[in-house]
Formats: sequence, C-alpha cells, structure tokens
Amino acid sequence: MAITGQEIESSFLFGRLTLDKFPLDVPIVVGTFAVVAVGGAALVAVVTYFRLWGYLWRDWLTSVDHKKIGIMYMILGMVMFLRGFADAIMMRLQQVWAFNGSEGYLNAHHYDQIFTAHGTIMIFFVAMPFITGLMNFVVPLQIGARDVSFPFLNNFSFWMTVGGAVLVMISLFVGEFAMTGWLAFPPLSGIVASPTEGVDYYIWGLQIAGVGTTLSGINLLVTILKMRCPGMTLMRMPVFTWTALCTNVLIVATFPVLTATLVLLALDRYLGMNFFTNDLGGNPMLYVNLIWIWGHPEVYILVLPAFGIFSEVTATFCGKRLFGYNSMVYATICITILSYLVWLHHFFTMGSGPSVNSFFGIATMIISIPTGAKVFNWLFTMYRGRIRFELPMMWTVAFMLTFCIGGMTGVMLAVPPADFVLHNSLFLVAHFHNVIIGGVVYGVFAGINYWWPKAFGFRLNEFWGRVSFWCWVVGFWVAFMPLYIVGLMGVTRRLRTFDDPSLQVYFAIAALGALLIAAGIGAMLMQFYVSIRDRDQLRDTTGDIWGGRTLEWSTSSPPPDYNFAVTPVVYDVDAWQDMKEHGYQRPLSDFKPIHMPRNTGAGIILAGISTALGFALVWHIWWLAAVSFLALILGAILHTFNYNRDFHIPAATVTATEDARSRALGQAGQTA
Amino acid sequence: MSDPHEGHHETHAAPFPHGTKQDYVTGFILAAVLTAIPFFLVMSGIFSSERLTAFLVLICAVAQIIVHMVYFLHMSPKAEGGWTLISLVFTIIVLVIAVVGTVWVMYHMDANMMPGMMTEPPAN
Repeated sequence: MAITGQEIESSFLFGRLTLDKFPLDVPIVVGTFAVVAVGGAALVAVVTYFRLWGYLWRDWLTSVDHKKIGIMYMILGMVMFLRGFADAIMMRLQQVWAFNGSEGYLNAHHYDQIFTAHGTIMIFFVAMPFITGLMNFVVPLQIGARDVSFPFLNNFSFWMTVGGAVLVMISLFVGEFAMTGWLAFPPLSGIVASPTEGVDYYIWGLQIAGVGTTLSGINLLVTILKMRCPGMTLMRMPVFTWTALCTNVLIVATFPVLTATLVLLALDRYLGMNFFTNDLGGNPMLYVNLIWIWGHPEVYILVLPAFGIFSEVTATFCGKRLFGYNSMVYATICITILSYLVWLHHFFTMGSGPSVNSFFGIATMIISIPTGAKVFNWLFTMYRGRIRFELPMMWTVAFMLTFCIGGMTGVMLAVPPADFVLHNSLFLVAHFHNVIIGGVVYGVFAGINYWWPKAFGFRLNEFWGRVSFWCWVVGFWVAFMPLYIVGLMGVTRRLRTFDDPSLQVYFAIAALGALLIAAGIGAMLMQFYVSIRDRDQLRDTTGDIWGGRTLEWSTSSPPPDYNFAVTPVVYDVDAWQDMKEHGYQRPLSDFKPIHMPRNTGAGIILAGISTALGFALVWHIWWLAAVSFLALILGAILHTFNYNRDFHIPAATVTATEDARSRALGQAGQTA
Repeated sequence: MSDPHEGHHETHAAPFPHGTKQDYVTGFILAAVLTAIPFFLVMSGIFSSERLTAFLVLICAVAQIIVHMVYFLHMSPKAEGGWTLISLVFTIIVLVIAVVGTVWVMYHMDANMMPGMMTEPPAN
C-alpha cells in the first residue's frame, strides 16, 4: 500500500547504481558487451587513424542539412534494427528450445526483458527513425525546398532520438530493461510490481526520443505547408509528401498523449501518486485506454509514408501517372481521421459492453476501405503499364501480396467475438508482424533501394538485393505462418516454455523462417558493402536514374547542399515528368548567392545533456539530475543568443557546382 | 530560422495578422469579466445548486478560451490562408474524440462483470 516506502539502497554519488547492477554473471550479456566494446574500439581506432573526427563533427554530427540528417536517421534505424533483430532471434531460439521440460537457455528475468526490448526498439528506434529519415531526406527535395523550416530543430530532434536509443542500449549493460511488454501496462509497470530501474529506463528513453519525434513532426508539417515551391498547390504535391503531411499531423496530435501518459506513470512510480494503481482511486485501465489513443494512430504514422513510397515507386516503374491521384489523397486523409476512432480494438476484452465494442469494431472494419482503395489504385497503375521489375518495384509487389493477407487477418481481429478468442494470442503477433513487416519494413526497403542513388550518386547492387529480397519474403512467410496456426489453436504470446510437445514443430519452422530473414539482413548488409566497393561501376551521373516523375530527380545525385540552384516552378502533378515532357532546360548561368542555415553543435550537446538527465533519473542520482536539468535550460537559452546562424553560398560556388554537373551530364550523353 | 526561399511566399498565405490596441483592450476587458463572473458565482453562492454553478463556470471557461484565441492569438478564418482555423478545428475534433471517447469507454468498462459486482447500471 505504501508505495514510496520501498527500502532500496541509495548513495548520494551514484544513487541506486551499485556494482552488482552490472550483469557480470550473465554470460550472454558479458559476451555481447565484449563484442560491442571491441567493435566500438575498432570504430574509434579507424576514425582516429584516418583523422576523421573533425570531418565527422563538422560535416555530419553538427549538420543542419536535411539530407545528412535523413541519412543519419537511416543509420540509427539500421543499427537499432540489428539489435532488435538479435532479440527476435533469441526469442525464436528460446521458444523452439523450451519443450519437454526444458527451460530453454533464457530465464524469465532475461526473456521478459528481451521481448519488451524487441517491441520497444523495433517501433520507436527502428521503424520511427527509418520513416522520419526518409521523410527528412525526400520531402524537401520533392517540394522544391532547400531545407526544412527549422534546420537546427531538425538536428536537435535527431539527437534526441539518438539519446533515447542510447538510454535503452545502456540498459543492456547497466541494470536491466523493463519486463512489462512494449507498452508497459500498469499495474505490472507500477512501482509495486516493478520496483527496479527497468521501467524507468523505458519511460525516460521514450520521453527523450518523444521530444525529438514531436519536434520533427512540427518541423516537417510546417515545411510542407510553408516551403513548397511556386506552383505546387496541395493537390500537386507528390503522394509521398501527402502521406508525410498526414503522418506529421498524426505525430503532432498524438505524441503529446504518449508523453502525458508516461508522465502520469512516472509520477506514480517516483512520487507515489495513484493514477494507475489498483487501489486509492487509481485505474490501470485508464492507462491502457490512453496509451492506445496514441498507439493506434502510431501504426498509421508508420504505414502512411510507406504507402507514399509505394505510390512513388509504382508510378515510376510503371512509367505512368499514378492511377487515381485524388482518391489516393482523400484515402490518406480518411485514414488519418479514422485512425483516431479505432483505438479500443486493442482491448475489446477489457470489459466494455457491446455498444462500445461494436462501435470500435465497425470503425476498424471501415478503415480497411480507404486502405483497400489504395491497393486498387496501385494495381490499376500497374495495369497496362510498362512495369520494370527493379528492386523497389519488387518490394512493392511483395508488399501488396503480404499486406493484403495481414489486412484481412486484421479485419478478422476487428470482429469483437473473434477477438475474444484471438486476443493476446500468437495469431495477433503474426497479424501485426504481417502488416508492419509487409507494410512498413518492405516500404522502407523499397524506399532505400529507390532513393539510395539520389542520396549517394550510385545505385545499389542488384544481385545481393535480389538475394535479400527472396530471403526476406520467403523467410517472412516461413516465420509467421506457424504463428498464425498455433495462435488460432490458442497459444498465447510471450510464453517462455511450453507443455505441449506437439507444438514444437511449429516453433522449429518459425525459427527456420527467422534464420532465413537473418540471411536476408546479411544479404542486405552485403548489398551495401558491395555497392560501396563497386560504386564507380554503379555510378549515376544523370541524377534521374529511374526516369523519375517528381522534383527530387531533377537535381543531381547526390544533390548539392542547396538542393536546387534555382527554385523550380511547378505546373502539374509529377512535376519533373511534366518538365521533361516540355523540354525543360537547366539554367546554366546568372546564379544568385544562396541563403543557407549554418551548422551548429547545440543539438548534439543539448541532447547529450538530456540523455545524462534521463540516466540520472533512472538511477535516482539527484545531484546529476539537478545539474543536467539546469545545464539543459541554460544551454537552450545560451543557444538563442547565437545570431551567427546563416550564411550565403556565393554565386561563384553555385556556378562552379552547376558547371561540374553540366560536364557530368555531358559525359552521360545527355544534352545539358 | 529565416526562409531560404527569399521572395517566394505561398500564393494563398496571407501574412499573420497582428492585433490592434483596441483588440487587446477589448480582449482584456472580456477576459477580466469572464474571470470575475465565476468568482462571483462561487463566492456569493447565488445559486444553491452546485451543479448549476459548475455548469455556468464551465460556460465562462469555454468563452474565456474563445476570447483568448480571437483577441490574443488572432485566430480568424483569414489568418495564414485559413490554416490556423483548419488546425484549430482539427485539434478540437481530436480532443473531443479523445476526451468523449475515454469517458464513454471508461464508463462501460465493467459491462462484463458478474451482476453482484457491478457498481454502475449495465452498459447500454
């Protein structure tokens, strides 16, 4: 009952952090730490040997260039993806092992942290950085802008996301992570059931990253509304930009809900309040309700930009204007609104009556209609198009096949009586992996293959890309079909051991699928390596490698710092296609100086202080919390006195850059 | 941060309106009155019904919000080419969905309890 009365040893200097909080007795963690330490040391050595620290700091870490920030988001997503996938492999191994009385190789303490970390990392630190990274890189280029509206804020948002990720990664080696599942439902996440630091790592990791996500949402929203080039009305925006707009509206409207909910949970844990406790007037069900008000729109935050990517890819590789542009836009807006009206389908079983459940069930079924309209739009775009099965298009077709199945099982789960049987089962787990992998992950991979040449000036290796594609697509079905089957038979999620030996074969198949996916990831890393090695053969000098239709393909690859020497003027949807058809001539002279934002280290410094603050709060190191909080406020105020924020790229530099491009285009056999 | 597109502003975006002195004075008087009324209602206890008092205070609060938005935040259908109004309407829709939805959902949470354990009448 007395919530704060728990006696936990605490010292002034280190708070609750003691030597026995380092899991030196767990061989897996020690081994992982050794690998990370050796890898990290090697990386530091390489950077030092090639004297790259200055370059890294000046050109990347402090950069306010939306393209570089976008690329850094993708790197963050990729690194965290490897971590999250390692968790997945460990779970698959445990579940195939722990039969016939065996306990497997993970104890409950460890296993529960792994499934929590897997979910948290995959959503917040993989899917979100990937999506934000692509939006960051592509949106300003698609709307003919030179950067986002608030370039410093963009850098700060990125580093706050990194700060949250760092905190979650620290929990691997210092103390423990939450053992509550990825949404940390109370009362399990309350101080009585989870007295240790795991949930605190979860709360502060997400809060710090959440600041970054919210600010980046505001930034991109303002960018899209205010910085479109002349002529680009809303209904001439590329579909990816449209989906980015809707996604950022969702981010701005829903992430504050997550923040507030986690604040209430933190108040429960730190100050003994009773918002979500079982007694003294608290109600844990309110937490579930609130977090899903954020949680459901979050799903659409992730998948809408993926839909945008597929729209761009389909139009480009079919050589046609996208079928039903207007309906695509309205479907996106419909999904944006409807995504607020379905959250209760995540907890049909919590006790609501038929009126509530049927409302949310029907709303959920309705949301599949605009989504279905989109699928038909893509199909009709492909119909009688000249389809080129390059890698982005292959991922798009795989998406349509996979996502439709995932969508149908989703509609099954939307029926409340069916959900009472399937709730919390592996059927559900298979369903949401089906839509998130089939939708978001395939979308991101399509996007990476599609825009990589734009970002780096050379395309990705085709062979390893295809190997990766087939391993992923086949591996996905092998890994998750068994889960659909055992889920339908009633196996619940998050189980560590199994009593029924007849189930083992299903988990063996699922583990095989996970290994296939691992091969797919390996092939993808190989694809990156081979492509970078052979970049001279894979070079693209035209800037328009795929025969693109939108403005990002009108500039060079990689684009110059200023994106466009002269701001384009737009007369149609598919602006670049329209320009090509009307014999567009690049301006070759009379360039003006270009006004650009200046790099600043304030973002990485403030985010670093925030991470220290988070760490101090996790471990109740109050002096550090006070110092870092004051430093944070002071640093933010000091930064406002920095008036040296912009500069002009001289006209001579612009001319030199554009002349170099003219020569490159000449070599590529095109008329400049 | 300044807009790198010097000279290119959106065709339909009007500059953000700044209030006149008279606007601020009007807003201030309205806000003060709308603050005084609830104080008067509660301190004088003029209505015996607490429910009625609370309801009137709530009305004043909503009116207060609107006064702030119109006179201090300069919300109008014309500001920023209508974008501020659209985002306001959207925010209200989302807030209403979240608040009304939460109340509705939480009120029905015990619909499937055993009859003896129910503290509220059965759902629907």
